[in-house]
Amino acid sequence: MTMTLNTTLDDSGEDKIDTEERIKIRDIEIVDVIVMTGSAISALALSYFFFQILLPVSGALGFLVCWYVFFNIISTVAIWELRGAVKAKDHLARTFIWTGGMIAVVPLILVLGYVISKGYHSLRPQFFTQDQKFVGALSDATEGGGAHAIIGTLEQVGIASLISVPLGITTAVYLNEVKGRLTKPLRMIIDAMSAVPSIVAGLFIYAAWILALGNQQTGLAGSLALAVLFLPTVTRTSEVVLRLVPGGLREASLALGGTEWRTTSRVVLPTAKSGLVTAVILGVARVIGETAPLILTVGGAFVMNANPLSGKQDALPYFVFRLIRFPQEAQVQRAWTGALVLVILVLVLFVIARAIGGRGPDNISRLKKRRLKRKGLA
Amino acid sequence: MTSIDTTSSDRTTMSSDISSLDPGHKASGLTASNVACWFGTKKVLEGVNLDMAPGQVTALIGPSGCGKSTFLRTLNRMHELVPSATLAGEILIDGVDIYRGAIPVTDVRRRIGMVFQKPNPFPAMTVAENVLAGLKLSGLKSTRSERDDLIESCLTKAGLWNEVKNRLGDPGRALSGGQQQRLCIARSLAVSPQVLLMDEPCSALDPTSTRRIEQTISEISETITVVIVTHNMQQAQRVSHRCAFFLAAENEPGRIIEEGPTKAIFSNPHDPRTNDYVNGRFG
Amino acid sequence: MLTLEGAEPFIYRTHGALVANSPSVHYCANLMSARGPRKYVVSVVGQSAPSDLAHRSVLDEVVHPVVRRSGVDRIFRSVATSSAVITFILMGLIGGFLLVKGYDALKVAGWGFLTDSEWAPDQGGKFGIAAILPFTIQIAVVALFIAVPVALSTALFITEYAPRKMRRLLTAMIDLLAAVPSLIYGLWGLFFLQPRLITLSKWMADHLGWIPFFHVDDQYGTSLGIFPSSTFVSGVIVSLMVIPICTAVMREVFSQAPPGEREGAMALGGTRWGVVRDVVLPFGRGGIIGGSMLGLGRALGETIAVTLIISPAFTAKWSILDQGSNSIAALIALKFSESSTFGISALMAAGLALFIITLLVNAAASTVVSNSRSGSSTEI
Repeated sequence: MTMTLNTTLDDSGEDKIDTEERIKIRDIEIVDVIVMTGSAISALALSYFFFQILLPVSGALGFLVCWYVFFNIISTVAIWELRGAVKAKDHLARTFIWTGGMIAVVPLILVLGYVISKGYHSLRPQFFTQDQKFVGALSDATEGGGAHAIIGTLEQVGIASLISVPLGITTAVYLNEVKGRLTKPLRMIIDAMSAVPSIVAGLFIYAAWILALGNQQTGLAGSLALAVLFLPTVTRTSEVVLRLVPGGLREASLALGGTEWRTTSRVVLPTAKSGLVTAVILGVARVIGETAPLILTVGGAFVMNANPLSGKQDALPYFVFRLIRFPQEAQVQRAWTGALVLVILVLVLFVIARAIGGRGPDNISRLKKRRLKRKGLA
Repeated sequence: MTSIDTTSSDRTTMSSDISSLDPGHKASGLTASNVACWFGTKKVLEGVNLDMAPGQVTALIGPSGCGKSTFLRTLNRMHELVPSATLAGEILIDGVDIYRGAIPVTDVRRRIGMVFQKPNPFPAMTVAENVLAGLKLSGLKSTRSERDDLIESCLTKAGLWNEVKNRLGDPGRALSGGQQQRLCIARSLAVSPQVLLMDEPCSALDPTSTRRIEQTISEISETITVVIVTHNMQQAQRVSHRCAFFLAAENEPGRIIEEGPTKAIFSNPHDPRTNDYVNGRFG
Repeated sequence: MLTLEGAEPFIYRTHGALVANSPSVHYCANLMSARGPRKYVVSVVGQSAPSDLAHRSVLDEVVHPVVRRSGVDRIFRSVATSSAVITFILMGLIGGFLLVKGYDALKVAGWGFLTDSEWAPDQGGKFGIAAILPFTIQIAVVALFIAVPVALSTALFITEYAPRKMRRLLTAMIDLLAAVPSLIYGLWGLFFLQPRLITLSKWMADHLGWIPFFHVDDQYGTSLGIFPSSTFVSGVIVSLMVIPICTAVMREVFSQAPPGEREGAMALGGTRWGVVRDVVLPFGRGGIIGGSMLGLGRALGETIAVTLIISPAFTAKWSILDQGSNSIAALIALKFSESSTFGISALMAAGLALFIITLLVNAAASTVVSNSRSGSSTEI
């Protein structure tokens, strides 16, 4: 039976929406706010007294710590007296957890800020176009550049991705879509290999590829070391992403008479696409900053070598790692510039990954919309 | 609205001793006036006026999605836990507004207990600890013998004592569904609420357990005001003194269509829609 | 519940028993009868309950052998399978190579590998991890001491306390913290943090010196000069890399705490902390332990930041504040270029030891998480 509501009632309801005043819900009660303000001020006074007059030490950090301790003691005792033990514990837990959350963010800001402040004055356009060929340890920090290292890093990470990404994703497809006898042992070995410390991956390539097989230290060797690290990560993260595709979608496709291949290529992978791309980009962002395996494998160079297959090559992280330990101020300065460029690269990749990850699979790209329109489907 | 002296209830909230939870305390009345609720910009409830008299069982009935659960959750400030949920109007317990500062939210929730649709005992706690969980959460101190007494009396009131008296040390999850729900009722009773809200407490239970819980409701309603949401017309007739019928037309917020003594609602409703609903013609 | 359109009896029999007790699965597949390629649809339809995983896998086993496959599908399967085989072989090779090479060195060193402190394989001398392994562990423990409380409160902050908008921002920042290369942390630690941190080291040595870990030999006095390049400083920097890992696991677990229990605790008059203490933390215990152990695994293997900070030491000691520390990973980074083939084998053995420890820690972490109540759906 369908219901029809009295229309006069409806109209009065429509009018009310704007006139009704919604209740504002306070997260923290006024008493607490007053107590906390009071405690903050008295803690300030108390720590000034203790810190400046009684203790013979000084320093902003010590003062802050002192203030924080006093603030917590005073406010907790006050709330305990006014509102009981439960509220006091709640208050204390709240302050600690807020503090913890903030503490986790502070180093990020400090690290990024420090790298930027150290690196930006000698960052010149030629850092991206020149190498260190005509640069000595005593030349000015703004001379020469890190183009050779940037090219090296891009090539090494590119080759590593070319090896790992397709292999990793198809392996993940095997683990999650095809399934077979290998599933269990493969998953086990991948879990194990993702625990390989990065330096051990480098050591492996150094021992197997360079010492045992007699190859030179080249960009390729670096790529292989990075690939050793990258492959298990890509496989694991892609598998997680594929597992998030609802089973119902697969079954629906199979029930419509789709083959496994069409199900995977037309249903599973497109659904998981943005997740996969995000996983891969985040993986690249991690690999691009890997230093340890490159120390053993690429050899390092001060001049441009665009050929990853022969001759020593440089890499941005290795460039930074080497120069930072020079005694000359200019070299250290160059290392900071390199570090800044590295951080920028990572940040750019991170932002791209975030932007893609934020888009769901139902979000049809503009390009695709245009294509559909041409076919008269949208 | 009659304003009642609140010093006695304030004493309860301030003191942190179990003896302040007077077992012979009086039930409190709840009054909702002009309550409206939103989820985001969608209005789900409007113009709700309802008196839930002390010591009585009020049943909220109506088809799914008419806002009765939402209304129930506004009564002890659980509604605001949903992100984007807002509300307007006034809800008074013994004449005191529960939303505008007079009583801290935790005390509101302790004085107005709630039993949920799905039994939710704390799995990390034993049966006995589950009963005492409310004391721990609201920081009420008690001696060992007081605690033992409380466990026994609450479990007895919830009709569970005989079944679990030898299993007090078992985890709460080891009990059957019906027992878990009664454990949740016992848990709510342990903090001596003045009002108990029940959100379809029997919808997931078998008939025997349902029967037991209905018995419990009639027993506790002498000292505690009960508000119960139910889809079961027979249940509403069996347990409640008064009934409120909620209804929402398509894309409209829910409203109370009719409200009155249960007998009248079921035998002689004023509104034809109420008549249709209680006679099972829709919903 | 089971609809079989023109199914052969043997299929029906196979499924009949399986499906009877589980009405929760929707399953459609193209089947081939024993006689020829005819298309059948098997569908198990019931109330919409969450899919029953155990049941699914049984069905998969039964249905897959008779699924009709086109040529394309066969190619698809063989491509996926062969890349799986390649990955398997590659990974196996690496593990095997490490084992074999490391074993060469272990054979020579014998038990001395565990008891010797010095590292001189190429000079025909002894080599062992008796000093560097304790150092490695000390650094990791210092890192965890800082990282676990911070990660725990950050995870609780994100899931329980932070306002909605802040939550997204903070999650992104923690992810970014994980994306910053360890080299950058090393540089920052060396140039920015260390000069400031050694004041704290000195303060701890002066006032807490009675604790063995903080005791510093008096003969040097407690001048600031002896505090850089210590276990403590490296541990603090490594903690920055561990925090995001622990936070991610804990946040994931906490966010899955059942809403029913949360509301139950709230409805009893619980404060936010009460809900955290009685519902969220008991629920997330496995995640806390597992996340911390995962962080431990990461801390043990950290190379570059430690290499930049420490000045290598080869004598184990309790004190963490004064100069001189080491780690297996840093040892490899510092020693490889001056090592012969045998020296490399020795480093391999050290790397193998590190690998095995990390592996054990990670395995323990995932066991703890998956055996806990919260863990079944958590990915670590």
